[in-house]
Amino acid sequence: MSHENEIKSLVWGAVLLVLAACVPLVANGYWMSIALTIAMFTVLATSWSLFSGPTHYISLATAAFFGVGGYLVGTGMSDYNMDFWTMVAIAPVVGAVLAFLIGIATLRLSGVYFVIFTLGLAEMIRTLVSWIQNNFTGSRGLYVLTDLTEADIYIYLVILAAVVYLVGWWVNRSRLGFALRIIGNDETVARHVGINTATSKVILFTFSGFVAALVGALIAPRYTYIEPNGVFSPEISFIVVIMALLGGTGRLWGPIVGVIPFALLQEYINANYSNYSTLVMGIAFLVIVYFLPKGVVGRIEQLLASRGRSTW
Amino acid sequence: MVATVLSVANATKRFGGLVAVNNLSFEVQQNEVMGIIGPNGSGKTTMMNLISGALRVSEGSIGLNGRFISTLTASQINQRGIARTFQLVRVLPGLGVVENCMAGMVFGHRRLWGDQARYEAGKLIERVGLSGKEAVPVGSLTYIDQKRLELARALASSPKLLLLDEWLAGLNPTELQEGIDLIRSLREEGITIILVEHVMDAIRSLCDRCIVMAAGSKIAEGSPGEVLADPEVVKVYIGEDV
Ligand SMILES: Nc1ncnc2c1ncn2[C@@H]1O[C@H](COP(=O)(O)OP(=O)(O)O)[C@@H](O)[C@H]1O
Ligand SMILES: [Mg+2]
Repeated sequence: MSHENEIKSLVWGAVLLVLAACVPLVANGYWMSIALTIAMFTVLATSWSLFSGPTHYISLATAAFFGVGGYLVGTGMSDYNMDFWTMVAIAPVVGAVLAFLIGIATLRLSGVYFVIFTLGLAEMIRTLVSWIQNNFTGSRGLYVLTDLTEADIYIYLVILAAVVYLVGWWVNRSRLGFALRIIGNDETVARHVGINTATSKVILFTFSGFVAALVGALIAPRYTYIEPNGVFSPEISFIVVIMALLGGTGRLWGPIVGVIPFALLQEYINANYSNYSTLVMGIAFLVIVYFLPKGVVGRIEQLLASRGRSTW
Repeated sequence: MVATVLSVANATKRFGGLVAVNNLSFEVQQNEVMGIIGPNGSGKTTMMNLISGALRVSEGSIGLNGRFISTLTASQINQRGIARTFQLVRVLPGLGVVENCMAGMVFGHRRLWGDQARYEAGKLIERVGLSGKEAVPVGSLTYIDQKRLELARALASSPKLLLLDEWLAGLNPTELQEGIDLIRSLREEGITIILVEHVMDAIRSLCDRCIVMAAGSKIAEGSPGEVLADPEVVKVYIGEDV
């Protein structure tokens, strides 16, 4: 990208960010809640894409990190009388350590083995936390009582989104981003051109774990009552993958293009046909796999490119 | 004084019960082009994999410029100056031509980046004969052009030792001549090369020395003329296309 283009995309990003930050001024309670959901999944899907986009390693561990964030805030505040912000500071560090360990453990896996293993680990963590909660600490339930409104949480998530975009922008133009793209193309070649594939992958995976745990912690006050089976729900991991792939992971701003329509669709389905939400997820997945393998953004770019060629 | 770039001592590689490389020893000197020939399945690619770090030796040792490298990873070995091409060509289809070439110089010991890397990649692309094809999607390049690109990527790291695994295979006669000329020009630049080849014309015209492998073992070593006249070598090649 040329220097001018970079400045232009930074300016565009800043304008959109300011617009996003203005949503609480105009949205009522109902739309504020939807906007919060969109902000949450934007951060999750974008940070997921930083690792999974270029490398094509599909991680289903997002719920583990998100859950750790929410659970730590819940147990910290209810069981140990900790302050909300202290827990918000601790949670992403724990999420990052967990992601680092999962990253190391899955280094030798690829393709479907990686997918299944991350899902399995996330489920194992969910079961473990539920068990601890039920047998040791959980008699009183996990309440997260703060005076934060949904609009407050929304603003925090928009700021976090801005940070994730900046990090992603920096990674994309760094050696590290180039290394990840080579890894996604051919890991054997990557090793033979001197890339330390393990380090590159673990750095990005750890970052995505850090961010997901931070999101889980920040959004915990929204739920008031934290249920381990809820915050660790594998559905979160699946939705993040579907949204990111629907938008397209080839560009930094791809995932949000999938997040907004899918979040609205889910809201509509849940309100009107709540029994069918799993079905919608399944259909969305099939549509992506069959018709939009590079996501909406990839498809649009493809169309633009072929139009450009035919008009020559 | 000649400097030894690579020394392989008693290298053995087992895959379960199969001994793919059996107690192999040889040396490669600076500025030398050494050939490895032998029938299919004799262990040539496995030997290349042991040198590049794609596989680890079961026994024996490999040294580069007097430093022990046989326990290093492929990426560490590349950083110490060994680059390779693959028998089954491996380009990066999701990246452009220039980026494919840049991949070779960004992470190794050169660590070029940005405009300088693009500039150097451009020069190499011209060097291997890909000028004008910078905008072609890598997947649409012809077979020889993909091989050229892979060679450019390997050269991009300015390797102390270049491994070419049947780089000339599958080319038509015109392309073959171009390919041989290209490798000869590398040789004239003084790059140290190990060449695995089936094309005997190429072996004769490019190699200073070669070793012959059969069933994992070295059965002959010497100048191309000598080894190709060796009765035992002739015997292993009976029924093969020489
Ligand atoms: N990764 C591997 N696992 C198991 N067997 C292998 C592997 N790589 C090569 N072999 C076996 O080792 C032998 C030598 O193969 P190779 O080195 O590819 O021979 P060449 O390159 O001389 O044709 C063959 O029998 C092959 O099947
Ligand atoms: Mg071979």
